[in-house]
Amino acid sequence: MEKTDFKELLKTSFLTAEVGMNGERMSEFHQIRKAALEDFLSLRVPTVKDEEWKYTNITPITGKKFTTDLPAASAGIAELQKFFFNIDKYLNIVFVNGRLNHELSGDLASLEGVTISTIKEAFVAKNPAAERYYNKTAELKGNIFAALNTSFVAEGLFIHIGKNVAAEKPLRIIYVQKNAENLMVSPRNLIVAEKGATLDLIESYSGLDQTSSLTNAVTEIYASENAQVNHIIVQEENHNSYYINNIEITQEGNSNYKSLNIALGSAIGRTNMSTRFTGQNSEATLNGLFIAGGTQLIDNHTMIDHAVPHCQSHELYKGVLGGKSRGVFNGKVMVRQDAQKTNAIQENKTILLSEEALIDTKPQLEIFADDVKCTHGATVGQLSEESLFYLKARGIGDQLARSILINAFADDLVNRIKLEDMRNYLEAKISARLS
Amino acid sequence: MSSTEVNEIEELANQEYKYGFVTDVETDEAPKGLNEDIIRLISSKKQEPEWMLEWRLKAFRQWLTMKEPKWPNVEYPPVDFQDIIYYSAPKTIKKLNSLDEVDPEILATFNKLGIPIEEQKALAGVAVDAVFDSVSVATTYKEKLKEMGIIFGSISEAIREHPDLLKKYIGSVVPPTDNYYAALNSAVFTDGSFAYIPKGVRCPMELSTYFRINASNTGQFERTLIVAEEGSYVSYLEGCTAPQRDENQLHAAVVELVALDNAEIKYSTIQNWYAGDKEGKGGIYNFVTKRGLCKGVNSKISWTQVETGSAITWKYPSCVLQGDNSTGEFYSVAVTNNLQQADTGTKMIHLGNNTKSTIVSKGISAGRSNNTYRGLVRVGKKAKSARNYSQCDSLLIGDRCGAHTFPYLEINNPTATVEHEATTSKIGEDQIFYLNQRGLSNEDAVNMIVNGYCKEVFRELPMEFAVEAQKLLSVSLEGSVG
Repeated sequence: MEKTDFKELLKTSFLTAEVGMNGERMSEFHQIRKAALEDFLSLRVPTVKDEEWKYTNITPITGKKFTTDLPAASAGIAELQKFFFNIDKYLNIVFVNGRLNHELSGDLASLEGVTISTIKEAFVAKNPAAERYYNKTAELKGNIFAALNTSFVAEGLFIHIGKNVAAEKPLRIIYVQKNAENLMVSPRNLIVAEKGATLDLIESYSGLDQTSSLTNAVTEIYASENAQVNHIIVQEENHNSYYINNIEITQEGNSNYKSLNIALGSAIGRTNMSTRFTGQNSEATLNGLFIAGGTQLIDNHTMIDHAVPHCQSHELYKGVLGGKSRGVFNGKVMVRQDAQKTNAIQENKTILLSEEALIDTKPQLEIFADDVKCTHGATVGQLSEESLFYLKARGIGDQLARSILINAFADDLVNRIKLEDMRNYLEAKISARLS
Repeated sequence: MSSTEVNEIEELANQEYKYGFVTDVETDEAPKGLNEDIIRLISSKKQEPEWMLEWRLKAFRQWLTMKEPKWPNVEYPPVDFQDIIYYSAPKTIKKLNSLDEVDPEILATFNKLGIPIEEQKALAGVAVDAVFDSVSVATTYKEKLKEMGIIFGSISEAIREHPDLLKKYIGSVVPPTDNYYAALNSAVFTDGSFAYIPKGVRCPMELSTYFRINASNTGQFERTLIVAEEGSYVSYLEGCTAPQRDENQLHAAVVELVALDNAEIKYSTIQNWYAGDKEGKGGIYNFVTKRGLCKGVNSKISWTQVETGSAITWKYPSCVLQGDNSTGEFYSVAVTNNLQQADTGTKMIHLGNNTKSTIVSKGISAGRSNNTYRGLVRVGKKAKSARNYSQCDSLLIGDRCGAHTFPYLEINNPTATVEHEATTSKIGEDQIFYLNQRGLSNEDAVNMIVNGYCKEVFRELPMEFAVEAQKLLSVSLEGSVG
């Protein structure tokens, strides 16, 4: 019965909110919300009987009553200070409890060739790229959480990088929650990189206190021909909160997309990330690191769709699990019938630190073309006794030796980040998380 | 065109299948359909005790409440379970003491199949429990095995003669409620083999059963149970061929293995059921539940399979590693050609301490076929120091086929070391060119490469089987290289 409650409750919230909208009710943006609500109501809430949710029980989320009324912004600059470094080097875009905060954000109009606004504003301004791409990824159809996000997007964030523009500064999208007990926020990002555009993008999700909220995000990225997008996702929600993020990437020919998906927080955190190639000679790198302890559950689902020939993909997901935490990795590489000369490598490596931690990993290959090179591998193990012994023989204590080894394991991915201060910041954060 | 003409044309068109012929033996058939009366009929025909009938009925009632599984990566029209004859036995059944008493036509069938019983008797030292259309017709070498205390014969016979053993072990590894097809099998199984190896005995020969589906429209529901007592060893061979049919035939077998302390069971299968013609017409549906229980310490169960036949194969020979230090192995070659579909793999369930498992799976897809590896490695919470190594390779021949890998790794203990590797590749043009240069035709070149690719698995097969497997592979891949 809870299942219907979950839907009914949200439906009521939606209708109540709709009454309070004035002119917006007739807007095109709201029509998309309404259509998405219909989808949401028609879809079934997944259970562990569904293959895609086999290892992740979401009844703690669906059994809860969430409010969707976003409160007015309240967090002060002082508290956000820890997220800000080298303000000059980055362009910060800050959302507090689901709403864009201009006071905390940098000057959104400061970058040449880069348009940044809310999606709502972009629709009002009839921005052709926003109208063309928003909510158009086919893979979002049939995904109940994506439909939920679309129906409750308050403003959304639209980033457009013009043709042959290299964004001068990396963009940092910072979502924070504060005093957000039982609040459901629906962050929505639409990133369009036109032909030959280059962008560094950092997306972070954090809680400023211990209130239990639900972040249900959707990010759509379009990389046009020759575009290059470097994407870092940092999820550090508090351990009472829930986090779901659907990240959909579409890559045209000769494009390059790289991501590093770091998950450290949340009680239950689920990321669905998928990229599909629509043009030849494209490359995608999907890397990820998840570190969990306590009773956390971190679930990463990835999908790389080789729909056209001559594309390459690399994937490496690493996990460190302690306490009673659970990790799930489900990676799928699909090579379609005509996608000859595909090169796909997928790997998942997990270290279990405690008796009670567990990992369910499922690296999958679906191949319909014959002239391809595809490999996948998965390993699960613990710290090697020999390495520990080696360090101990050199006078390093057990604790420190372990921490050196785990840090080295995790750092393998983080030290590939080219933005130096971002790398230092994340390295510090990860080693703090691991100690 | 009259129907006979059509049939003739079809027969001609379907000649590729070497073993496609029907032997005319009068069969004693039950009416089509499945209900409690049919089960009672089977049970009474088999002269089974009351408890067995109850067991079957219980399974049947359970089956009625279950749904056909839809998760395998295969597609087929729905099976009408009421359109199947669940019992058919050669009428000539009598207690037989020697081969002379066997219907000569049946013997001829075996000769066509290349399994001359009399020759094997003398030459290979293989005891053959030949199952012809669900009833054991002849059992050789039984006397010799009997001297050593080994029981080897049909399961129906065992139900009558060794009720205590059967009661104890049947359904203990694959319970009737396990899955849809296991429940169906438990309700209607008509025959199969039973082997019991007593304490400390090393079975002196490879035990072997040849299955063969003969009468049209009969599903084959075999049930095999092998129990290896403490310190014993047995190697069991299972091989199948089936005649050509236009209607899909259902084969839902159950195999249960139990290995007690220090015992070892080696189970080898060559599966060559009729795969359907080039257009995917006909062919066997092979939905099998095979599971071995390493119950005792240091026990070992090893599955080796060569799967070349069937329109649809759906099977996961599994090992439950319950005893400490027990070992599970799975070696598989699965070949699909034309429109065949295979969803096969294994499950290794680590429960005891220091348990080890090895998985080597080689999938070959050609034509327009789909070949899926689906495997599970689960390490239980209390299973200390479990070790698993899995390797699954796929080879694609042609660009209209599919290879899929779905490994599931569920690790609940930090002391486990689990490795999984998979690769997908094709036969390189340079490799073929190299062999062409040395005077080998394209087809021979492919055969050679494929055989090399499968060597790791063939090595695990008993000698006679390994030879047969290689031949089978080349027949299966015939015409796949342009």
